[in-house]
Amino acid sequence: MLAVSNITYEVDGKALIKDVSVSFHPGKLNLVIGPNGAGKSTFVRLICNQLKPKIGSVRYGSTPVDSISISDLAKIRAVLSQNIELAFPLTVAEVVMMGRYPHFHSKPTGIDQKACEEAMCFFDIQDFADRNYLTLSGGEKQRVQFARVMAQIWFPEKEHCRYLILDEPLTFLDVRYQFDFMHKLLDLRKKDLVIIAVVHDLNLVSKFADEVVLLAEGKLLASGNKDQVLSKENIKKAYHLDPVIHVDNGKRYLFFE
Amino acid sequence: MKRSGVLFFFLLILLFIVSILAIGSGAVGISLEEMYSSFCKLFTHQEMILNERIFMEIRLPRVILCLFVGATLASGGVLMQALFRNPIVEPGLVGTSSGSAFGAAFYFVLGATLKFNTGEWILPIAACLGGMLSTGLVFILSRSQQTNKSSIVLLLLTGIAVNALFLSAVGFLSYIARDPQARSITFWNLGTLSGANWHSVIIVGVSSVLCILIGMRYTKHLNALMIGEEEAKYLGINIRKLKRIIMVINVVMIAVATAFVGVVSFVGLIVPHLLRMIKGSDNRFLLINSTLLGAILLCLSDLVSRLLLAPAELPIGIVTSAVGVPIFIILLRRKNYLF
Repeated sequence: MLAVSNITYEVDGKALIKDVSVSFHPGKLNLVIGPNGAGKSTFVRLICNQLKPKIGSVRYGSTPVDSISISDLAKIRAVLSQNIELAFPLTVAEVVMMGRYPHFHSKPTGIDQKACEEAMCFFDIQDFADRNYLTLSGGEKQRVQFARVMAQIWFPEKEHCRYLILDEPLTFLDVRYQFDFMHKLLDLRKKDLVIIAVVHDLNLVSKFADEVVLLAEGKLLASGNKDQVLSKENIKKAYHLDPVIHVDNGKRYLFFE
Repeated sequence: MKRSGVLFFFLLILLFIVSILAIGSGAVGISLEEMYSSFCKLFTHQEMILNERIFMEIRLPRVILCLFVGATLASGGVLMQALFRNPIVEPGLVGTSSGSAFGAAFYFVLGATLKFNTGEWILPIAACLGGMLSTGLVFILSRSQQTNKSSIVLLLLTGIAVNALFLSAVGFLSYIARDPQARSITFWNLGTLSGANWHSVIIVGVSSVLCILIGMRYTKHLNALMIGEEEAKYLGINIRKLKRIIMVINVVMIAVATAFVGVVSFVGLIVPHLLRMIKGSDNRFLLINSTLLGAILLCLSDLVSRLLLAPAELPIGIVTSAVGVPIFIILLRRKNYLF
């Protein structure tokens, strides 16, 4: 479990995150939504220990994140940021192998190779393992980054939950791969894996989410069951738009006019 | 992996051939027999003939110093480029070389007046201090006040300003210097290996071997930096510590090398670039092979500088710049190399 309690984060006296408390459970697909500037990326950086909250705490399991060393944390927690660029040319296989860096010293072991191969197969990129990363399209780069991040926490760690945190993973993908990726996230749900993803498309959220967290202006507007969070009032409050909610066969669709 | 192993042995053999060639040719030719016999005489303490003494006391230290300096400059380039995530960075651009030049010029011109020009250790120490001063200045000045981080553009622009400052300080020193001193500064600014002796070989050798070995330990961390600083942190890498270590070993090995041979630019730029064209950017591969290729290229440059106007000698910095500047411009003009 990843638990956030009463975190506040300020820059120059302006609170970007105000008193947010929420917990994310393993085996579920937790999606974070909110309008632009709601503080979603700041929130992701806070739970990843990239930023330190002014008040409040973040705990991985029962351990405060401050008391886990960054090298130990990297063995159980992988983060996909919004950056998919690479400073120098490398092959796709070399980029994916970076995900295993927290696990080996100088040379990758057989386990590391296996994790990379399986992660590449899982995201269907084994065919371009030897290609230069810089020559790939945006969507292909994104999928290589998925494989890298997944390779990092591919195998269970003893006595620890694994954490997968994704900041807007769908940005560079077309509709097919967006659906593909969301289905893969559903497949990845396991007893020892906490998945947290920031997603913009509310209909994808309504289709795939188990739990939803809605942030607006740095505050937690709603969290929990997707049908409750994706209510007319909440969406109007957050996005300043009137949604039309259409329910068909128990499935909710959102339209905006 | 196999292909890079082949390349490594190829470079090793090439290094051997080039060294023998560089030792053998020059104002006085030295044959393989003479090289062999002078080694025999060294161990049996016999009197050496003229050519054997030229080999033992001039040519051999010069070539070995050249190999060490080439390896240092090239691997310094690899480390800097990896750290700043930019292929057009080299030690000269962030002020290290010009600062070391200033330190050495200060020693040459004012050492006698201020009475600290005693002992052979003072020159490398003065250069080291100068290099640290200028590199430190570049880093402090390029630190943005809002984010407390150095951006690459700001860093390079600050590097240009600080380079100009220190080179004009060197100019000022050579302006106030009396003639023989001024001459040694000029030569020193352009780089020369003519002052090589066993003493300088040992000092440069120890510092560069130690620093490169430390650098080897961090190649994996530097690889992770390619996907971004934040992303490397998510892979469990302590970025602040990494930056500090790489900067320190760079300044030390570059300043010590610069102290003995002067400013030799563009080796740190060309060598990593050539290797990247052969086989990608894995820093483990780049660092090992750049030490070899850097040594080979500098040795060849030194040979050219000795033979072109023989028996007179060209400063080696002129040779490396003549080759390096066009490559630098080509790199700048390539789209994916802009920041």
